[in-house]
Amino acid sequence: MINLSLKSLNQGLVKKKFSSLELTQFFLNRVEKHNSDINAFISIDAEKSLTQAKHADALIQSGQNSLLTGIPVAQKDIFCSAGWRTTCGSLMLDNFISPYDATVIQKFNEVGAVNLGKTNMDEFAMGSSNETSYYGSVKNPWDLSLVPGGSSGGSAAAIAARLAPAATGTDTGGSIRQPASLCGFTGLKPTYGLVSRFGMIAFASSLDQAGPMAPSAEDCAVLLNVMAGYDEKDSTSINHEKEDYLANLDEPIKGLRIGVPKEFFEKGLDGSVQKVIEAALMSYKKMGAELVDISLPNTHLAIPVYYVIAPAEASSNLSRYDGVRYGYRAKEYNDLMDMYFKTRQEGFGEEVKRRILIGTYVLSAGYYDAYYLKAQKIRKLISDDFKKAFEKCDVIMGPSAPSVAFKANEKKSDPLAMYLQDIYTISTNLAGLPGMSIPAGMIDNLPVGLQLIGNYFKESQMLNIAHAFQKETDWHTRMPDGVS
Amino acid sequence: MDWDIVIGIETHVQLRTNSKQFSGASTAYGSEPNSQACLVSLAYPGVLPVLNKEAVNCAIRFGLATDAEIASRSIFARKNYFYPDLPKGYQISQFELPIVNHGKLSISINGKEKEVRILRAHLEEDAGKSLHGIVQGKTGIDLNRAGTPLLEIVTEPDMSSADEAVTYAKKLHELVQWIGICDGNMQEGSFRCDVNVSVKKKGDTKLGTRREIKNLNSFRFIKQAIDYEVNWQIERLEDGEKIDQATILFNPETGETRAMRSKEEANDYRYFPDPDLLPLEVTANMIDKIKLSMPELPASVAERFEKNLGLSSYDASELTANREVTNYFNNVLQFECSPKITANWILGVIFSQLKEKDISISLCPISPAQLAKLIQRIEDQTISNNAAKKVFDALWQKPNTEIDLLIDELGLRQISDSGAIDQLVEEVINANINMVNEFKSGKEKAFNALIGQVMKASKGKANPAQVSEILKKKLTI
Repeated sequence: MINLSLKSLNQGLVKKKFSSLELTQFFLNRVEKHNSDINAFISIDAEKSLTQAKHADALIQSGQNSLLTGIPVAQKDIFCSAGWRTTCGSLMLDNFISPYDATVIQKFNEVGAVNLGKTNMDEFAMGSSNETSYYGSVKNPWDLSLVPGGSSGGSAAAIAARLAPAATGTDTGGSIRQPASLCGFTGLKPTYGLVSRFGMIAFASSLDQAGPMAPSAEDCAVLLNVMAGYDEKDSTSINHEKEDYLANLDEPIKGLRIGVPKEFFEKGLDGSVQKVIEAALMSYKKMGAELVDISLPNTHLAIPVYYVIAPAEASSNLSRYDGVRYGYRAKEYNDLMDMYFKTRQEGFGEEVKRRILIGTYVLSAGYYDAYYLKAQKIRKLISDDFKKAFEKCDVIMGPSAPSVAFKANEKKSDPLAMYLQDIYTISTNLAGLPGMSIPAGMIDNLPVGLQLIGNYFKESQMLNIAHAFQKETDWHTRMPDGVS
Repeated sequence: MDWDIVIGIETHVQLRTNSKQFSGASTAYGSEPNSQACLVSLAYPGVLPVLNKEAVNCAIRFGLATDAEIASRSIFARKNYFYPDLPKGYQISQFELPIVNHGKLSISINGKEKEVRILRAHLEEDAGKSLHGIVQGKTGIDLNRAGTPLLEIVTEPDMSSADEAVTYAKKLHELVQWIGICDGNMQEGSFRCDVNVSVKKKGDTKLGTRREIKNLNSFRFIKQAIDYEVNWQIERLEDGEKIDQATILFNPETGETRAMRSKEEANDYRYFPDPDLLPLEVTANMIDKIKLSMPELPASVAERFEKNLGLSSYDASELTANREVTNYFNNVLQFECSPKITANWILGVIFSQLKEKDISISLCPISPAQLAKLIQRIEDQTISNNAAKKVFDALWQKPNTEIDLLIDELGLRQISDSGAIDQLVEEVINANINMVNEFKSGKEKAFNALIGQVMKASKGKANPAQVSEILKKKLTI
């Protein structure tokens, strides 16, 4: 059952080769065996998962099944799930049992998928190495001394170690694509507004987007078919016509124009990563695609702009964690102010506090125009860069991350170095565009991800382009040693 | 020294919607604490706001009623501050781009029309309430009100006395009820005013420093607070002191105002557009639809009453003070009663009864049909005006009694039979020869005294006009 595609697992279930109960138990056992090394999961609730599996088996028995019925999916602990502890990687929500389902969770439940458990993540999705989690850092299954990337590091490690056949993630500045790159599988951040944010704990509302994480593009298409869709409970969700993301996977890609932005290959990119990316681009050329030189001249502004806008929104979004109604409250305090101070001082970790402070600063009277307003203007320029680029090409390609997975603790004390991890991914969040990372090669047995950036709502085309590559290569099926 | 008083008012009008501004929770008043606090009201992790379209319609109605510009695009912003009854740590409001701009409201001051400019009106959500003293030593939080839709209506500093301010507030209070966007219940906080007051030397063009009196929820308090505040400011300035801008509270028990501690007001709200909500788009089509459902506005109805019914401008404006009164008046007129007499009855007898019982006209036990019948009996001379008041009082006690039966029961039917009156007059003349002589020698007063005697003899039931006529005839023969 290990390393089977979601479609194959579905066939196994439908043809009664195994039941959902068996499949779920199989992955629960794998989690049991490996989680102490990898720390990919924050919460496991075998009883809940197996109950869902039984229900799924009944659905399959009665023929009311869809592709994901009975398949265990690991859920990032940012999605509120009824009856599950939902921590967002923070002490602040350590005791928070969600009374409701996020729309994403509800959609998985509706098709009878099994919630395998809640995966570890950087605290409130703030981080690129999964080292800011209150529940400890996550290890990269390819080398346990390395980070898996972040913030969806738990989901990433779970996929890489095949502790789950599929997972969800969220991506505010690269939190699906960078870990997908560092852990060697396929991750897709959809167009902003394609997947509902309702019930997904907010970090930076105008940038957050949930997406699928799984070994292959085909698996991601299966997941996206369930996740995507307009939701009236999220005012920023877009009423885009429902698509079948599996439908165009095998379309020919001959004549495809691939834009290669020169800014993605400048100083800061690891030389061996660059070689892997260039080789992948050559493969596409061989498949009949055309490479087009393009420029995204404001790329260098993406990180500064992001670190104004995201913290600004976060500082406000995280105000609700005040110790009054739910979550953590300091044990001892003198008065209301003291309760606020101590609760937030103790309940939040360093990185979260750093971003709240930055965000509060940039929104303050006297600084707002110079930071927040200016950042919004540059954000528009960055979007315009892409608009122009897409006049010349159908898809943009480049590296997902500047390097392969790095050592734990290496960048922990240097936030600016850490922030550079997202240099190639952040601009798509600022523009609201879909981005994807697919395994494109290995350096010293460590995966390298190729990033695809599509135009708005071109997920179907992107999955098609990724699938074409994955038909020719086997990087996405490779597994680390020691987890089999 | 003479001083100019400058007043501007910000009014929080609670909109009459079934559900909250950004969630489906109920807005009913007076429920068990937190029974109407849904996950959005409680600001649970992951929840998102969804704008209540009905609240938007209310704002548009207000814009139409004040001849304002309705913005085709307005923006919701977050106003950030920490307080236990503000669950999200921010209030969603409109800051830079409000939905309603540049409206106006006419008020009548000593018979003169004055226009108060409305700078803006914006949609926002209310906070919850902190409850003190329920649990010993602790503060309780009730989030039933959290998220209730409000329209904040901000005037230009156009009012120059406490009376003008109160007149404006009353007029606005009437208007928001008239157009159906607010229940107007001031005790429950549905209509609360923040009043900005400053003074300047008479004729100065530069405004003085203002102080803002927060949260006044009665017209009486508005008047008292402004009067106190104006005196306070003038005294300070005359003593050569300076006024500091401040937010102040009015204490109804002492009638005084006091500045809030600087800690209570020193906030940098860090406004920024709420990324969870799209810009609010209002189309011409939406506005046109709402226009069709707008009632005729009170000013226009009053003008019609003056022109077509010949009412005085005072009566017309009193009868259009609220829609229930106007409806009551119109319902009586349906029975073809004289508008003038009807107006007098409603504004006189009925209003004084309502005031005494402290009820609104919707609870008046006497129906418009009953009042119409009563007025018809005056018009057809069945009873005198004075007798009608007696019938009215009896009717108030037994509202469903048939009027004609009641008139007979009380023996108030007017004597209009000229033979009977002739006889009465004859008797009075014979019994009061002195008075008759006085009249004949030129004392006009004696005539009225004789009429009084006839009325007395008829136990008030004789038709006074007829008495006068017959008496005159007999005396001048």
